Amino acid sequence: MWDYSEKVKDHFFHPRNVGEIENPDAVGEVGSLACGDALKLMLKLDKSGRIADAKFKTFGCGSAIASASALTEMVKGKTLDEAGTLTDNDIAQYLDGLPEQKMHCSVMGREALEAAIANYRGMKIEKPVDEGKIVCKCFGVTDNKIIHEVREHKLTTIDQVTNYCKAGGGCRSSPANPGYYRDGMAKEKEKAEVGKTGTR
Amino acid sequence: MSCGTESDNAAIWGILHANPHKRHIVTTRVEHPAVYNLGKYLALNGYHVTELGVDSSGMLNLQELTDAIREDTAIVSIMYANNETGVIFPVEEIGHIVKEKGSILHTDAVQAVGKIPLNLSKSTIDLLTLSGHKLHAPKGVGALFIRKGITFTPFIIGGHQEKNRRGGTENVPSIIGLGKACELAKKYMSEEQTRVKQLRDKAEDEILKKAPDTRVNGHKTKRLPNTTNLSFEFVEGEAILLLLNEKGICASSGSACTSGSLEPSHVLRAMGVPFTAVHGSIRLSLSRYNTIEDVDYVIEHLPPIIRRLREISPYSKETKVKEQAGKISARV
Repeated sequence: MWDYSEKVKDHFFHPRNVGEIENPDAVGEVGSLACGDALKLMLKLDKSGRIADAKFKTFGCGSAIASASALTEMVKGKTLDEAGTLTDNDIAQYLDGLPEQKMHCSVMGREALEAAIANYRGMKIEKPVDEGKIVCKCFGVTDNKIIHEVREHKLTTIDQVTNYCKAGGGCRSSPANPGYYRDGMAKEKEKAEVGKTGTR
Repeated sequence: MSCGTESDNAAIWGILHANPHKRHIVTTRVEHPAVYNLGKYLALNGYHVTELGVDSSGMLNLQELTDAIREDTAIVSIMYANNETGVIFPVEEIGHIVKEKGSILHTDAVQAVGKIPLNLSKSTIDLLTLSGHKLHAPKGVGALFIRKGITFTPFIIGGHQEKNRRGGTENVPSIIGLGKACELAKKYMSEEQTRVKQLRDKAEDEILKKAPDTRVNGHKTKRLPNTTNLSFEFVEGEAILLLLNEKGICASSGSACTSGSLEPSHVLRAMGVPFTAVHGSIRLSLSRYNTIEDVDYVIEHLPPIIRRLREISPYSKETKVKEQAGKISARV
């Protein structure tokens, strides 16, 4: 089992703000059943334009539920502009860190928030991460999204890319899938190692 | 052997090395990683690997097996019982087919040994893998049965131990532990078929009754008496395990999030279990050390955990019904 921080455990076992808001001002929905996690975020603004209430529903693992719970606590009292500056690292830090393989849970939180803000403004999401060529078919990840995560988090390995946006974590068999290249690398490595030890 | 994985590797490599001109192996899509990932490795390294599929109940098509075995098939490796679902393959029948086609049968029987009767003196199995901790022996000991007359090249090359079949000092205390565990397993075998099975069936029936939108994965009868694999729609397996753990209940999950990979159970996907159900799958395994009180405790605590997670889930039925109602009223 994962080594979650006390704060992650607290937000998982006692999630804050679970539920739905009647007549919400903004709704952000990301993820799907097939992907294994999904988040629906609902916001209600007060007269001054600050987030008066935030509620969520999550389908996902412990850290996905904890990330969503943390997000709702973090955005309350903020204007949409202020909330819009929150990053996935902020969510992870609020929870005293997430295991690296679970960073995509905080990414899902940020994306739901972005989707909710865009929904309020009647706009499509400004970041073109969902546009571009889908290179990971299992999780529907585009090349733009991968480039975005690599730049945002200064990622240096393929495993990190998988941890942050899931790309390549599924079938690994399609040439359009970064995982394909990981297996390719593994194959080269295996060949090199077999070469070192002599053929079997 | 140090474990089931070593035994599986020794069996497959041992036969491949002894038959270097044969470059084909037949296995299944639902093997334990010890065989499944070795198959993937072999396929990347110059061997031809045929993976047999399974139907929705987890069973093989034996005609497909017959057609898959070729002249250059060095070994057929098919598990006895599945480690995730408990589904039992007709290994003796498979052995007859393999014999007829002139190949060698290895079976990973790690899950089956100690739970269902096995008699290797009257069997078509050539090599059989077992692991200690699955039958209450210490962890870190396993065994590989090799039928007399099978040509086998050692996997671990070294001294003359184990009649030249495995180099390296024997782990004597664990071997004695395994021996004793086998003796006890034989003594209590009938209990697995009766009392343990009744406990499993009770747990399964009650949970299905108390938690709607739940399914059992795997063949209902061709299954180990102690295993049940349940899928709870709209919730995710790791979250279930964390909450079960809080109640002191140990279970395992085929969910992606539990393992650290993003890929959910290859076994359930091979069976065509829908993604919605794969993510929310858990396995409960019982043994002769479980009591009716244990089962009642699980029946009491598991369904509320599922309800609790479904209340959080955006896909739960209540949410859907509400949304539907909202849409209808909006239209009116």
